[in-house]
Amino acid sequence: MRKFLLLALCALGSAAVTYAGGYRVSLQGQRALAMGHTGVAVVNSAELGFFNPSGLVYLENKLNLSVGASAVFSDVVYQNEQFGQLHRSDSPVGTPFYLYASYKMNDWLALGLSVYTPYGSTVVWEDDWAGSHLVNNIDLQAVYIQPVASIKLSEMFSVGGGPIYVTGGVNFNRNLNRTLTDIDGNRTNVTVDATGVSAWGWSGSMMFSPSEKFRLGFNYRSEIILEAEDGTAEFSNVPNSPLTPFKNTSFNAALPLPAEVSVGLSYQFHKKWLFALDVNQTLWSVYDSLDIDFADPSIPDSENPRNYKDSSIYRFGFQYDASSLFTLRAGYYYDESPVQEGYFAPETPRNDSQGFTGGLSLNLNDNFTIDASFLYIRFAEINASYDHYLENGVAVPFSGTYKSSAFVPGLGMTYKL
Amino acid sequence: MRKYFKYLPLLALGFVACEPELQNPIDEPGFYTAGEADFSTYVALGNSLTAGYADGALYITGQENSYPNILAQQFAKVQETNGFTQPLMADNAGGLLAGGTQITSNRRVLAVGANGNPSPRVYNGQATTEISNILTGPFNNMGVSGAKSFHLVSPNYGNLAGVAVGTSNPYFVRFASSPSTTVLADALAQNPTFFSLWIGNNDVLSYATSGGVGTDQTGNPDPSTYGPNDITDPNVFAAVYSQMVAALAGNGAGGVLINIPDVTSVPYFTTVPNNALVLDAPTAASLTGFFQAVAGIFTQGLLAQQVPLEQAQALAAQYSITFNAGPNRFLIDVPVTQANPLGFRQMTEEELLVLTIDQAALAQGYGSVTLTPEVMQVLGLLQQGGQPSQAQAQLVLDAVTAIVDKDALDKEELENIAVATQAYNATIKAIAASNDLVNIDAMAFLNRLAMQGIPYDAGTLTSQFVTGGAFSLDGVHPTPRGYAAIANIIIDGINETYNSTVPKVNIGEYGTVTLSNDVQ
Repeated sequence: MRKFLLLALCALGSAAVTYAGGYRVSLQGQRALAMGHTGVAVVNSAELGFFNPSGLVYLENKLNLSVGASAVFSDVVYQNEQFGQLHRSDSPVGTPFYLYASYKMNDWLALGLSVYTPYGSTVVWEDDWAGSHLVNNIDLQAVYIQPVASIKLSEMFSVGGGPIYVTGGVNFNRNLNRTLTDIDGNRTNVTVDATGVSAWGWSGSMMFSPSEKFRLGFNYRSEIILEAEDGTAEFSNVPNSPLTPFKNTSFNAALPLPAEVSVGLSYQFHKKWLFALDVNQTLWSVYDSLDIDFADPSIPDSENPRNYKDSSIYRFGFQYDASSLFTLRAGYYYDESPVQEGYFAPETPRNDSQGFTGGLSLNLNDNFTIDASFLYIRFAEINASYDHYLENGVAVPFSGTYKSSAFVPGLGMTYKL
Repeated sequence: MRKYFKYLPLLALGFVACEPELQNPIDEPGFYTAGEADFSTYVALGNSLTAGYADGALYITGQENSYPNILAQQFAKVQETNGFTQPLMADNAGGLLAGGTQITSNRRVLAVGANGNPSPRVYNGQATTEISNILTGPFNNMGVSGAKSFHLVSPNYGNLAGVAVGTSNPYFVRFASSPSTTVLADALAQNPTFFSLWIGNNDVLSYATSGGVGTDQTGNPDPSTYGPNDITDPNVFAAVYSQMVAALAGNGAGGVLINIPDVTSVPYFTTVPNNALVLDAPTAASLTGFFQAVAGIFTQGLLAQQVPLEQAQALAAQYSITFNAGPNRFLIDVPVTQANPLGFRQMTEEELLVLTIDQAALAQGYGSVTLTPEVMQVLGLLQQGGQPSQAQAQLVLDAVTAIVDKDALDKEELENIAVATQAYNATIKAIAASNDLVNIDAMAFLNRLAMQGIPYDAGTLTSQFVTGGAFSLDGVHPTPRGYAAIANIIIDGINETYNSTVPKVNIGEYGTVTLSNDVQ
């Protein structure tokens, strides 16, 4: 019966956290995703608008359009054997999306527009769960909007890139500590909310194509710091006491969306087969600490060390042109977590993971293709702790066993003219 | 295209496996074991400590953090249980109403005064728990605040009609299955498979908290003749205790018997030091002078009654008390005897003051001397070698304001408490052994709390009033964190006796005192 209930809950779409290390969401194109999210050296569709804008100029058609979205079913289970605590996150379905358009102006120049969501996180734990002093729930979203240009410098070499405009927001709730309540025992908590936070960044890329069958790609996307200014901080269930001066106020905080370097190759080793290999490095070390600076001077600022490290992802995938109707894809990646030992916080409970991907394209006619992908992320069970929560100046580790899982079906459409 | 959509439900079926599963999830049967115990129906018997009383009142969040409720939640992680019900109060204010009139005080909270210092005050919320509003049980938590050992087997202890005349208990009235039932009968009616019994505290505690104004009834086998602040005869205790355990364990139920802590180890008795009379050198000298005057006057009085000089001086010498700069022990009232005709003396090192003593009065001379200008005048007269009138002499003797009996526990009272407690605990230990039940040494636990504290993940839990974390603002009953620590030692005892693996709780996740400035 319990299993059945779990299934029912699950089918209702309980789940959803994220995906890659930290709060990076690697779901920027169904075709690429189906091949292990490789694409820095694959000239295939307008998905290049994310993976490597310099390649857009190599697309055969004048107009290329790719749109799509994924449904992220992801959850985490936490348990502490010593105290008999078991909690499951009950996160809503995440729906990252993308839209890429490119237009070949002439033989050496293509222009385009890319809209994508490379960062985000939604984790919803049961309120007042064992780790509620660290997080009850978090919803982080960022949409990247980027005009891109692709310039062919020679038959073999192109460059591309463009400025990135980011608009995002964060909503985060946690209890103030492990025990503070109002007179009726309701836990004192704070919700920080900032919406419409914007910032600028850029990306630049290169592609080297010694032949039509073999390409090398490089892409760099800059770090972007989302500076939330004058967000709202709302305190709930605060005891009526001068000892707890928590009144609603505003806050400033900075959340880094780290830079990412990608290099890769693609090789058409058979007329029906394409192999692709990408390596990404995400420069997570910029995420040193999540500090919330409350405007009200009587409220102590919240400092939450994160101490992330730069981390790499190793990806490969295959594409097989099965027939004029179907193109099949499969891939794999290994994703290193940026979280260091002792910094495993349940707001982004990410450990090293392996992604298994698959998908297909259904070529409806010369212009329209339906792209479907499926991603299963396998996380190892891990014993981890966050050791930097302080209570009266004493570090109180929050430790336990975590296991995450993620299933991500995605659907998209490619149009070319 | 349509034909492909029909496979979407199949795809969806794939996601039902989306719940992450641990290799050894604790909610799988068999992860923890109940061993030889069966926690299906757990019933807790006892007094306020079992009910979850704290801060001078019973209220919902206190009940939710009662040690039986904490235990029941952990038991439910080990095996399927039939749940655990408690006769919850109507609010978190805590006062009881009888016919709309409030008969017990609200809870205390920690309020910050105008001077910026926090202190316990009575919460000003509206009390809404009407005792004539009788709850329908059964209730697994049969803890009844105020109950002594023999009350658990006393018929009519839950009779509403008896509340006004003091023959019944308003807390039990709220949830007794009938007016004539007993606590034990209502517990047994639930056919407990597991029980805990923590009773006997009030058999000495009410004597102690009242400063020993009651009578030590040792030797009196009839509890119906006892006053509320008396010490229960250990033989009466042994008789009702063995009767209860025989009934509870009779059908093979496992259980826990918790012994009686040294009631004087709680902050109610350890917070106000008996040497808080801190004097500067001139004041100490003038107090010493005063008591020399008292001794002198007393000697004169005895001589006037034809008492031989040597005998008079020997008797008067006890009143010539020397005070020193720094802390000095207070004076207490003792019975007037031939050996101590004035009926006061300085406290000894081990004697205790109660938390409820008027500390402002102590600062004004309660426990020593109230030096009025008139008294000073007489002292001046004496210093100049003058002879005071009888009225003036009496004025000096009356200026001694020793601490009255209800505010202090003297040596004899402490001895009575210790002897009775030891006798109760010997009974509990013997009965636990003969019935193969768990014997929890709450005395050792509270002593450890008072002496060195109990370490936990964010510090050390101690008996220090307000700040130590273990005791609520009434100085007698634990905080949620204190109750959680008690639950842990009970779990240790259960696991050891029954070869079970009930998980303990993290006491750092349980609260301590409640802050509020909504006070009366």
